[in-house]
Amino acid sequence: MDQEPDKIVLSEEQKRTRRARSVAIALALGVLVILFYAVTLIKGPGVLNRPL
Amino acid sequence: MSVLSEGARLDAAAAAVGRSEPSIATVGDYLDLMKPRVMSLVVFTALVGMMIAPGHVHPVIGFTALICIAVGAGAAGALNMWYDADIDAVMTRTSRRPIPRRRIAPGEAFGFGITLACFSAAVMGLLVNWLAAALLAFTIFFYVVVYTIWLKRSTPQNIVIGGAAGALPPVIGWAASTGTIGFESVLLFLIIFVWTPPHFWALALTRVEDYARACVPMLPVVAGREETKRQILLYSAVLALAGTSPWLLGYRSAIYGVTAIVAGALMVLLAARLLREQEGLGAQRAALRLFGFSILYLFVLFAVLLIDAVASRFA
Repeated sequence: MDQEPDKIVLSEEQKRTRRARSVAIALALGVLVILFYAVTLIKGPGVLNRPL
Repeated sequence: MSVLSEGARLDAAAAAVGRSEPSIATVGDYLDLMKPRVMSLVVFTALVGMMIAPGHVHPVIGFTALICIAVGAGAAGALNMWYDADIDAVMTRTSRRPIPRRRIAPGEAFGFGITLACFSAAVMGLLVNWLAAALLAFTIFFYVVVYTIWLKRSTPQNIVIGGAAGALPPVIGWAASTGTIGFESVLLFLIIFVWTPPHFWALALTRVEDYARACVPMLPVVAGREETKRQILLYSAVLALAGTSPWLLGYRSAIYGVTAIVAGALMVLLAARLLREQEGLGAQRAALRLFGFSILYLFVLFAVLLIDAVASRFA
């Protein structure tokens, strides 16, 4: 009843590739933040006034 | 005490929670899922569409649009690989893709593709304009649903109609720059649209057994090699004419016109040689030569368009 549930233990390769994927996601999010920041500066107050 | 081995225990645990082994997919595997070579051609043609458009687009906005188009193309590629994993596994050309190699699970590829598709269209709309975003979303939808899910397995006209998806990037580039759809961008759409059948059929002629084994009704499988060669010649002739249209209609300089005439003539010549070749090694070589030249044809035509557009801005 108090037995600890089975856990999946990651291998070294799984840990390494997971870290690489996490870094890639972080970089992609960083690029997204920079893009939004740069475009907001460029468009200025008219950022919400977009023509179709 | 458990009588299961460590591996079997992990498998059982994974099955119990309804998931497979933890992923060992690298970043490179995910990049492969985005079809980087197709993506580079998409970005290049979109860049040309953006550069030949009248007016001025801020470099950061232009760069953002190209990023969105690249990611959108990658999303379409990932969703294509997710749906076509069964076909890819039995075809020699595609058997090394990440899903058949079991580097990425189909569900992971689907989630990756959907996420990128939503993000690329949303960011395009928020940072560039909503017409470009709508065109990008439509392109992804057309490639995944109309081409991959519907046409590819049901008709030999699959790549003729499906080619519209690959032809839209210059229109998206133009829309990103101007917020409109210009007539010249429609001409670029027509060029890529007519270019797609001879390009893919030339490749399909060298992979007929592969497509037949995968039950994909490509034209050479359904109508035979001779009919495919005739269709290639027909489309190449139309392509040669379509290629010159930006010059004939007065949009581009004589330099572009001469380039389009020479390149178009070479395309027709190679298609005619392919038609003359009988079965065997000679026919294989002729098909591969035409396939290779078709890539060069599109690259040269669009590169000259780009140079012409840049030169006319500084003239």
